[in-house]
Amino acid sequence: MSTDFDLDGAWRLAPQVQVRPERFGALLYHFGTRQLSFLKSPALLTVISSLAAQPSARAACRAADVPDAELPGYRRALATLAASQMICRREPA
Amino acid sequence: MTAAPVTTGPMPLIEQFSYGLDAPICLTWELTYACNLSCVHCLSSSGRRDPRELSTAECRAVIDELQRMQVFYVNIGGGEPTVRPDFWDLLDYATGHDVGVKFSTNGIKITPGVAQRLAASDYVDVQISLDGATAAVNDAVRGPGSYDTALRAMRNLADAGFAGFKISVVMTRHNVGQLDEFKALADGFGAQLRLTRLRPSGRGADVWDELHLTAGQQRQLYDWLVAHGSSVLTGDSFFHLSGYGAALPGLNLCGAGRVVCLIDPVGDVYACPFAIHPSFLAGNVRDRGGFARVWRESELFGGLRQPQSGGACESCSAYGACRGGCMAAKFFTGLPLDGPDPECVHGHGERALATADPKAAPRPAGDHSHRTRRAPVPLELSRRRPVEPARAGHPPVSACNPDPLAGFTPPAR
Repeated sequence: MSTDFDLDGAWRLAPQVQVRPERFGALLYHFGTRQLSFLKSPALLTVISSLAAQPSARAACRAADVPDAELPGYRRALATLAASQMICRREPA
Repeated sequence: MTAAPVTTGPMPLIEQFSYGLDAPICLTWELTYACNLSCVHCLSSSGRRDPRELSTAECRAVIDELQRMQVFYVNIGGGEPTVRPDFWDLLDYATGHDVGVKFSTNGIKITPGVAQRLAASDYVDVQISLDGATAAVNDAVRGPGSYDTALRAMRNLADAGFAGFKISVVMTRHNVGQLDEFKALADGFGAQLRLTRLRPSGRGADVWDELHLTAGQQRQLYDWLVAHGSSVLTGDSFFHLSGYGAALPGLNLCGAGRVVCLIDPVGDVYACPFAIHPSFLAGNVRDRGGFARVWRESELFGGLRQPQSGGACESCSAYGACRGGCMAAKFFTGLPLDGPDPECVHGHGERALATADPKAAPRPAGDHSHRTRRAPVPLELSRRRPVEPARAGHPPVSACNPDPLAGFTPPAR
């Protein structure tokens, strides 16, 4: 799995994806690929939910108070979500 | 809903799931007990429709509820779900309400036209059941002609451009040697292979002794699954094999009543599709409060979401991996639920079975099998009733006389 992810790009939740918040984080389902993903922390859910409103993924992490030390972990999680088409790039605002 | 213990650190997902969720991750919904086949291992003992089956309106109400609960997809089965006249309407209704559908079929209704329609929808996945890579092996379990029916459906789906449909195989003693052939068949159709475990549920209870894998075959299957990784689906049904060593891909836990359940054709909610028995019945979707209330408040599910005792298994080094195996497999073979799985890879189940009383094993409930038996049909031979004597100019009236006025004499004026 590639861990290469453009933190400074503009991202959003993919159009066919729905989110179900859970105590552990969230359940994500992509109706097009029929794939299910589990977000394993509520903070990651906050990041995902604010992607579309923030200029970059890095800004979304900062807005969710993700400490710099934990940024590599979030970057890996976002890379996984991008590889499974759960999140996709959008035109910068 | 049972609350998980409050922890400051993150709890592993598998622990979270064992305490249950407010809504299932997905569920199995059997739409009808009617089926054109009579597979010897049918887990729901299907055959004849049940007159109490949910109506179209009631099915739609269930779908509305699943949408509210954000259950993103259901595995629809039966019986043969496509024989319900409203099946295609319900499919459209579900996908139009954010409930994706994967349905299992023997392929009987998958015509070229239907295949085209299915290929056009992202929200629908199709799973064709096949229990042998050759007609001989398949038809011995699923009935004469069923191999050809399944293959025709697969060809229709592939021709329509439906990529990645599933070919679903229940592993038996007779088809485990065909693993590579199954894989080649799936690859040839651009399909994905799915292997699941034979359970002693439904009519499966009657054939389990003859069909379940031998210890050597279980090891062969495990090695094959490890070698093929996540390219082959298993519905997480072989987690009892994790006792061999490395865990298989997927959630290695029993999700019954915690993250999955079954809604049967009459609306009864069971802990899992392999546990159709009053002991695992949580309620009915027709009850006040509907499915959501059954899921969230049933005593049975509440109990399953409590920490479970592994009993005799807890001292075994493999317990962390296999978690004692499958509840339904233990139940229907008469083993205690807090003991080893009957197919325990360390042989504890076999030893337990050797001393268990086979007559004490609970019988599966709710038999909807076809009543046909391969037995002589009693006939009584009798003489033909004497016919009226032929009238002058008219041949004798017989059953096959095509004349609409045969035997009719106009009344005298």
